[in-house]
Amino acid sequence: MAETQNHILNEVTQGEYKYGFVTDIETETIAKGLNEDVVRKISELKGEPEFMLEFRLNAYRKWLQMEMPEWAHLKIPPIDYQDIIYYAAPKKKAQLDSLDEVDPELLNTFNKLGIPLEEQKLLSGVAVDAVMDSVSVKTTFKETLAEKGIIFCSFSDAVKEHPDLVKKYLGMSVPYDDNYFAALNSAVFSDGSFIYIPKGVRCPMELSTYFRINAAKTGQFERTLIIADDESYVSYLEGCTAPMRDENQLHAAVVEIIALEHAEVKYSTVQNWYPGDKAGRGGIYNFVTKRGLCKGESSKISWTQVETGSAITWKYPSCVLMGENSVGEFYSVAVTNNYQQADTGTKMIHIGKNTRSRIVSKGISAGFSDNSYRGLVKVIPRAENSRNFSQCDSLLLGDKCGAHTFPYIEVGNKSSIVEHEATTSKIGEDQIFYCNQRGISTEDAVAMIISGYVREVINQLPMEFAVEAQKLLQISLEGSVG
Amino acid sequence: MKETVATQNYTAVEDITGLYQSNTELFLEGSPDFMNDVRGKALDDFVRQGIPSTKDENYKYTDLRPVFEGDFNVFPSYVDQEIDFLSLFKCDVPKLDTFVILTVNGWYYQRNRNLDLPEGVIIGSLAQAAREHPELVAQYYGKQVKTGKDPLAALNTLLAKDGLFIYVPDNIVIEKPLQVINLLRAKNDSFSTQRNLFIVGKNSQLKVVFCDHTLSKKKFVSNKLTEIYVQENAVFDFYNIQNQHNESANLNSTFICQKASSNIQINTASLHGGVVRNNLEVLLNGEYAEANVYGISLTDNKQHVDNYTHVDHAKPNCTSNQLFKNVLDEESTGAFAGRIHVWRDAQKTVAFQRNNNVLMSANAKIDTKPQLVIDANDVKCSHGATVGRIDTEALFYLRARGISEKEAKLLLMFAFVHEVIAQIRVKPLQERLDELVDKRFRGEISKCHKCMFDCNPKSLK
Repeated sequence: MAETQNHILNEVTQGEYKYGFVTDIETETIAKGLNEDVVRKISELKGEPEFMLEFRLNAYRKWLQMEMPEWAHLKIPPIDYQDIIYYAAPKKKAQLDSLDEVDPELLNTFNKLGIPLEEQKLLSGVAVDAVMDSVSVKTTFKETLAEKGIIFCSFSDAVKEHPDLVKKYLGMSVPYDDNYFAALNSAVFSDGSFIYIPKGVRCPMELSTYFRINAAKTGQFERTLIIADDESYVSYLEGCTAPMRDENQLHAAVVEIIALEHAEVKYSTVQNWYPGDKAGRGGIYNFVTKRGLCKGESSKISWTQVETGSAITWKYPSCVLMGENSVGEFYSVAVTNNYQQADTGTKMIHIGKNTRSRIVSKGISAGFSDNSYRGLVKVIPRAENSRNFSQCDSLLLGDKCGAHTFPYIEVGNKSSIVEHEATTSKIGEDQIFYCNQRGISTEDAVAMIISGYVREVINQLPMEFAVEAQKLLQISLEGSVG
Repeated sequence: MKETVATQNYTAVEDITGLYQSNTELFLEGSPDFMNDVRGKALDDFVRQGIPSTKDENYKYTDLRPVFEGDFNVFPSYVDQEIDFLSLFKCDVPKLDTFVILTVNGWYYQRNRNLDLPEGVIIGSLAQAAREHPELVAQYYGKQVKTGKDPLAALNTLLAKDGLFIYVPDNIVIEKPLQVINLLRAKNDSFSTQRNLFIVGKNSQLKVVFCDHTLSKKKFVSNKLTEIYVQENAVFDFYNIQNQHNESANLNSTFICQKASSNIQINTASLHGGVVRNNLEVLLNGEYAEANVYGISLTDNKQHVDNYTHVDHAKPNCTSNQLFKNVLDEESTGAFAGRIHVWRDAQKTVAFQRNNNVLMSANAKIDTKPQLVIDANDVKCSHGATVGRIDTEALFYLRARGISEKEAKLLLMFAFVHEVIAQIRVKPLQERLDELVDKRFRGEISKCHKCMFDCNPKSLK
């Protein structure tokens, strides 16, 4: 029986990456390498105001003084930062006003990926901002949203049209000198999405950005800034894919969320960057800084992530709970297969009184992969009556993979309660036996057990995404359960 | 012969190395080659790593640099004390008959009485054993100690002269526990180094109780390293009761290597002491071995207790349990770092780890990082960590039954740590520790029944 199980696990974990095609589209790039001129050039190409250039230069100078951190449970081959193209954009014909003007190749790309860029697909009810090689190519539903006062546009447009908002909030949650990769991103980021939800507005649809790396030898550095003003609500989705290449590509993004009083932001990611082939060649290095600031009283930020792609994933979507009664949530499924590596988790920093946080992390490792959960729960002395619960489970689907848990808990006052629990195990033979006995084939049983295992997290995803995520999980694990 | 060497305010590593280099003959004297030969590497390793500080991931919550500030006496040779401790000093455990051994400032006390031991068993000074049984000692000495990875172990290996040596040959069961009373007593601030080596042979059994005490109001830093080898089918119990005054720093490193089907229990109770750091590394290096590692710490004032454990499952079918509980009051701080590492192919491993903490005051602080590193798939591993306060409902329940708030709190705290004490496999010792803990919570002096000495940490403050 063990053999059938292995066989099925192999089937389940050896699915092919579906999004590995390359789009033949003219791309505007600048020369390889990084120096102050490159930073200036990027800023100039984007026609940015002075404060943005200053922000970039400060970040670049800081970055030069920093060293790449080495504490993660990851084996990262050295990265040559001079061998990366820091700016790549699909060549623009002119300002785009309607969808007809978008390059049909580009539309094709996003259609292949199943992203409803065309507005007739109103049914899907999701407003999409598509980002290819770090430049936003098209944002849908802009006008509908504008009626409510919601700003959903590319970062470059935001810099031009809403400089005050950008100036006020850029770097508030993730300062330019926060860490090595955030500093790099702050210096060279090319585009991203910008969202502002005005006071008292409940965003009527899910907002979504679709990220695509297309050009070779480039790094993708996008930056997302979400601001939810008092008593507003928004649910935001993010998806990503990249072509299959033998070289590794760096993706160092920054996501900043700021939630003001009574505001709620729900951020969902389905990360499916190219993970490299079965021998571990190629794939994306996904080194991302994501942080939400619960600035206002009773604000709430919730991160949900399904991580199936990338050769190396290294990120910790975090919540800084400043406002009293604010709430932070983190739901994660991280799947690693073949030679993938992941060191991911979250930080919950309790600063305000009565703040609450919840962490649910489910790791699945297969093949020769290494999957780590690393998290910090910190309660400062004045964060009275804070509450945290963390649950981190790992499922091992092969005897050559690893699952690791590194939680850090720091509590500085007596009225807070912090709980953490973690388990590591494989799919039990008894569980499979139970299913077999009831006429369920081993294959279905394994799929069922995995889907049950991740359910708590998948349930947090918006409907369309949940279906997508389920499928993705099956593909990622195809051929590896046992 | 010079009995002590004084340091010149060694706030920096150079002062320790300088002390060693200018007195090298004293440190080499009387030790066999296998102890002296490793000092060179230990020196390099120590210089490279320096005194552990919070920059070191393994010492993230304990900065030892302030501990090493000041002038200290070190003891490269045995200093006879004018008092006969044995006749006066008795940390007795009622209803428990034990063999009693003393060490003073890291050295085996030369007036220790001869013990009535089964044939072949050696319990005595490490320095002496190294001279008399060099092959035996050399076979084990330092084999588990990775000086390159641990500055305290490097420092101990650099300065080690003496300590306790225990050798239990195969097939011998010693029922009577061995009680080792580690005393610190000096006229000046002192830094002591103690090196212990225990070997428990196949099918043998041994129980060791360590009691750490300070007898003078000086600042003490003791750097104790214990290497333990537990052979096939052997059973070993190791109980540590740490009761030094709050100006002292008690630094302990324990390395245990277990062979197949062996069984150990470690139980550490940190009652008093300014800075306490317990490093414990257990290597399960044979199938069906079992390790049970427990600890409690009760802290107040500005005490700091840091328990660091690392359990390596190198072979399949082993079991490990870890349970650490801390109660922190006043401005005390605590830390726990536990790691379970299941090596590749160590299938059918069962490993548990739990850390529970109660904060009693607004200024107390606890940092904990329980970790799992799992490289095999057919395993059952879990860990849990909690930080909380006394359950208000339980408190109400007791109050409703006419128990005063203070008493109710004491009862609940006592019950909280009793779970750990209840694991102790020697019943009278369990009762004695319960009593010590109860008195510790009440802030009462706990003097051993027949003892003439006042080693109470509070009175020495």
